[in-house]
Amino acid sequence: MRNVIPVLTVLALLAGLWWAAVAPMNIRPALDQVERSGGTVVPEGSVQRRDVSVWRLMLDNREHVAIGYDLKRPRLPTPSQVGQEMWKTTGEMALKGRAWSKRSLIYHSWVTLRSTLWGFLLGTTIGILGAVAITYSRVTSKSLMPWAIISQTIPIVALAPMIIVVSNQVGIEGRGVPKAIISAYLCYFPVLVSMVRGLGSPRPSELDLLKTYNASGGQSFWKLRLPASLPYLFTSLKVGIAAALVGTIVGELPTGAISGLGARILIGDQFGTPLAIWSALFMAAILAGLLVTLVDGTQRITLRRMGFRS
Amino acid sequence: MMWLIGALVFWIVAWAVNARLANGSQSDTLALRIVIPLLFGLTLLVLWEGLVRGLGVSQVILPAPSQIAKTFASSTDILWVDVMQTVFKGALRGFLIGAIAAFVVAILIDRSAFLTRGLLPIGNFVAALPIVGIAPILVNWFGFDWQSKAAVVVVMVFFPILVNTVQGLRETDAMQRDLMRTYAAGYFQTLLKLRLPAALPFVFNGLKIATTLALIGAIVAEYFGSPTRGMGFRISTGVGSLEIDLVWAEIAVSALVGSAFYGLVALLEQRMTFWHPSRRG
Repeated sequence: MRNVIPVLTVLALLAGLWWAAVAPMNIRPALDQVERSGGTVVPEGSVQRRDVSVWRLMLDNREHVAIGYDLKRPRLPTPSQVGQEMWKTTGEMALKGRAWSKRSLIYHSWVTLRSTLWGFLLGTTIGILGAVAITYSRVTSKSLMPWAIISQTIPIVALAPMIIVVSNQVGIEGRGVPKAIISAYLCYFPVLVSMVRGLGSPRPSELDLLKTYNASGGQSFWKLRLPASLPYLFTSLKVGIAAALVGTIVGELPTGAISGLGARILIGDQFGTPLAIWSALFMAAILAGLLVTLVDGTQRITLRRMGFRS
Repeated sequence: MMWLIGALVFWIVAWAVNARLANGSQSDTLALRIVIPLLFGLTLLVLWEGLVRGLGVSQVILPAPSQIAKTFASSTDILWVDVMQTVFKGALRGFLIGAIAAFVVAILIDRSAFLTRGLLPIGNFVAALPIVGIAPILVNWFGFDWQSKAAVVVVMVFFPILVNTVQGLRETDAMQRDLMRTYAAGYFQTLLKLRLPAALPFVFNGLKIATTLALIGAIVAEYFGSPTRGMGFRISTGVGSLEIDLVWAEIAVSALVGSAFYGLVALLEQRMTFWHPSRRG
């Protein structure tokens, strides 16, 4: 809790910086707008203004700087503009009972969340199974582990369009499955690495103890290795779920998807509505925060009930 | 059918050989540590080739590895132009700018315990966010050429490196700092001789994460507008015009470049942190 005040201070600093940056970023479109509506601007014509620095423009047109804070299509929207846009596409629409309309961010967040969770499930399963295979078999460990590391140095975005093409051809309808595959690809690695470490974390003396109990391999797995690996698992799940969300959004970005937060960003770009992009970005951040908090809460409760000291 | 059976037989034989090698007494030698994964990778390629040929999969859906290799060899000039544009102009410059900026900010922030405590949670959170989403905004701000790609890369690599460096700078314990004080070392001497070296493993961890992010950022940004070259450009237009083999060649290039980039940073890390306990053992 002692971090609250510093965090809030830094957040306020960042918001202040953002707010201050709006003026220079938006001065050109603001002056264009003033000129179109008949106002006087110091170097006339936007072509002439192109060679003048933004600071010069702001100094010469002090009375018009404020316009930049209230543009319809700003280059950089103000924090409050983004906030209003987000409220308009979430809370307000929900109040009107249109939370599931195709224009509401709640709907798009849900589409993204669904793929994220499927990808997370798939990635976690692959990660855990892979870790078990690596822990118990030398062949798998030797042949798989280097490729697992290399797989993460390959930029997945390059593969994303291909995954979608192939799964379309194979006859998978919709974009849910390919998106989930992409997010599983990003999500499995942290789980795999942590679980290999976690499953190997019991000391030899502990394993020996189970052997003196005449425990079978399965028993020592379920009663010792798996419980011992849980703290490692949860730590990696927090990384994994954030990675799964990144994967889903990356899967939506380059592929012409029509629903999901990534698609909102894409459409906002094509139709020149920066506010839509910014609110989708912040929605994604909120979603990531919620998901990580959720996993964190589960971790605390589970580990406490299992008797781990935090 | 022959292809399918052949690939399957190859797989079983290769797996058996690998099992022999891995369980043998020599399995920890350097040669075998390289041979075993290579053989496994080769198996996957043979399986892929066999499946594509055996099942008669169309070129447009999934080309066979041999076909991709042929395209790769015949279009090296295009691929090289794309690598120049995406990797050397976009990703690498962005990576350098972002890394230096993050490093400098980390050292500045580190002077204030208050700011460090405020920034670490935020930086950790931001590093986990899908920052690639800002690509269209930055392409809009900085134009279609490499500058916008470098800008996306800067933003993407900044936070992981910042967070790791700040954490690394806090790695020294009180005893070590006290020792420096008994030597009458000032702030900069302590920083240069004790805290920065101690932070290096963390810094490199951040840099390694950032290598992959840099390529992702540069490629995604090209989906939102680029001059008529670049890996992202080629991939997005290649999918549209059904030049799937060229797309796979680009993917192969990106995999090679990504691994090489990561390998270079890892090599540099080995050279610079040879003294660290985790490397001496």
